[in-house]
Amino acid sequence: MSIEEIEQEIIDEFELFEDWMGKYEYLIDMGKSLPIIEDKYKTEDKLIKGCQSRVWMQSDLKDGKIIFTADSDAIITKGMVALMVRVLSNHTPDDILNAKLGFVDKIGLTQHLSPTRSNGLVSMIKQMKMDALAYKTQN
Amino acid sequence: MESDSLQTLYYSINRLLFRIILTFVFIKMTTVNFIDKHIIDINKIRAQFPILSRKVNGKPLIYFDNGATAQKPIQVIDAVKKYYEYQNANIHRGVHTLSQEITVAYENARITVQKHLNAEHAHEIIFTKGTTDSINLVAHSFGKKYITKGDEIIISEMEHHSNILPWQQLCEEKGAILQVIPINDSGELLMDEYNKLLSSKTKIVAVTHISNVLGTINPIKEIIELAHAKNIPVLIDGAQAVPHTKADVQELDADFYCFSGHKLFGPTGVGVLYGKEKYLNEMPPYQVGGGTIKTVTFAKTEYADLPLKFEAGTPHVAGGIGLATAIDYVNEIGLDAIAAYENELLMYATNALHNINGIKIIGDATNKASVISFVIKGLHSFDLGTILDQLGIAVRTGHHCTQPLMQHFGIQGAVRISFAFYNTKEEIDEFIKGLERAIKMLS
Ligand SMILES: Cc1ncc(COP(=O)(O)O)c(C=O)c1O
Repeated sequence: MSIEEIEQEIIDEFELFEDWMGKYEYLIDMGKSLPIIEDKYKTEDKLIKGCQSRVWMQSDLKDGKIIFTADSDAIITKGMVALMVRVLSNHTPDDILNAKLGFVDKIGLTQHLSPTRSNGLVSMIKQMKMDALAYKTQN
Repeated sequence: MESDSLQTLYYSINRLLFRIILTFVFIKMTTVNFIDKHIIDINKIRAQFPILSRKVNGKPLIYFDNGATAQKPIQVIDAVKKYYEYQNANIHRGVHTLSQEITVAYENARITVQKHLNAEHAHEIIFTKGTTDSINLVAHSFGKKYITKGDEIIISEMEHHSNILPWQQLCEEKGAILQVIPINDSGELLMDEYNKLLSSKTKIVAVTHISNVLGTINPIKEIIELAHAKNIPVLIDGAQAVPHTKADVQELDADFYCFSGHKLFGPTGVGVLYGKEKYLNEMPPYQVGGGTIKTVTFAKTEYADLPLKFEAGTPHVAGGIGLATAIDYVNEIGLDAIAAYENELLMYATNALHNINGIKIIGDATNKASVISFVIKGLHSFDLGTILDQLGIAVRTGHHCTQPLMQHFGIQGAVRISFAFYNTKEEIDEFIKGLERAIKMLS
């Protein structure tokens, strides 16, 4: 599936929920069900410093595609992190660099991506794109 | 004869009775008066804070983040509005009517602050941008004059970053040493350790009056006495104290006392540094420029007297006037009444929180203001704050600009609720329900 297709899939999933409770519960479940990073990677150098919740991220290149794994100590952030990984992982550096990530707005969680939001998520997306750029120029 | 004396006796008894009744009525009246003065008329007060009637995420706002900044009563909003609509002019420099009127108003605001802190002189009140600015001013100017290599500066483990970093930077610059008063697990300063830290090398002590995380009310009078016994001046960070208690700088004998307008129901961007004349006169200016001078030539400048020496540039005039209005407002309700009412809220909320599974309240000092920080086992404060926000409840989460304090308690962050006199027990009930709901969602 392309990045846009996965985004659309997520938008469809979130449309099932009428209120914020449902959305957040879904996010929380996603956060809980995904042990997405190995503990050995939860080190200082993998830490993306947000003010309030901590996010760790690791990227590897496999057959020309980037595999992201990530984690957070806050469960709602972790749910958002899981969404981002689901959308961006397993794609080429070019696709990742071009991704607009419009789905966040469409599922009504934009507040988590505003730059003033100190949850490390914005920094994580930036880091994902920077990693993509690094792998791209490396090839 | 006999009936005569009986008659007199009858009258005197009557008179006595009448007197007793009068006395009772009088006592009754005065006590009623006394009690009246100590009652918060919550509906009247809440109606004076326009923001309290707005909705957040579709729910009525419950504002429990007063420690970060307090809401503004209509009186303050009106004073600021009136300034811009009707009074705006620059101060201290115009011959025209507007300028003179507003200069008087601004200087009256200074006198309001002076009276509120019971400072000896109005020129000991310096208007700043806020607490952080006030502390930076002292660290810079006092530091320049009095601190040299090997000197020591004492702060405490519970300080806000604003009362750590200016001193840390000063120490780095001058090769001085920062000493830290430790706390116990209730969040109280270890006074014996403090006493041991005081030495001939100590040049200044800077501690907070009330902790923004623990709520601890520090024994600042004793802290000051101990330092003064060794001729060491003391700066008190009053940012969290002024909304809850009366600070009398003469009674405390504080050398410097700092606070922010915005936490005292006044505008943002204005604050106060109280400093004893004898220090302020000796200290060099902090920032220099327009307004701070007597005469300027390219060879030399003669600086203005206090307080203008420390007030470079056009000040936040609306801020100063708004702050004075806020002080008048608070005094009309009465800080004693406020403290009594908030203490009730504190007890009520603390009791309710104790029933929550897995909760740990950070800081249970005997002497505590209406600030409660807590953690819930296994849950992140960010998650709790996010769900509460969806319910219209504003709390603070994170490290509260006190990372060393977080390290003491071995936590990354906490949820903090902090009350003002416009909060209610009903709001606390709603908050507890919200918290239970958030815990259920997150567990
Ligand atoms: C104890 C304490 N000191 C200093 C400050 C800084 O105040 P301001 O940001 O208004 O300068 C705060 C504000 O949170 C505080 O709580």
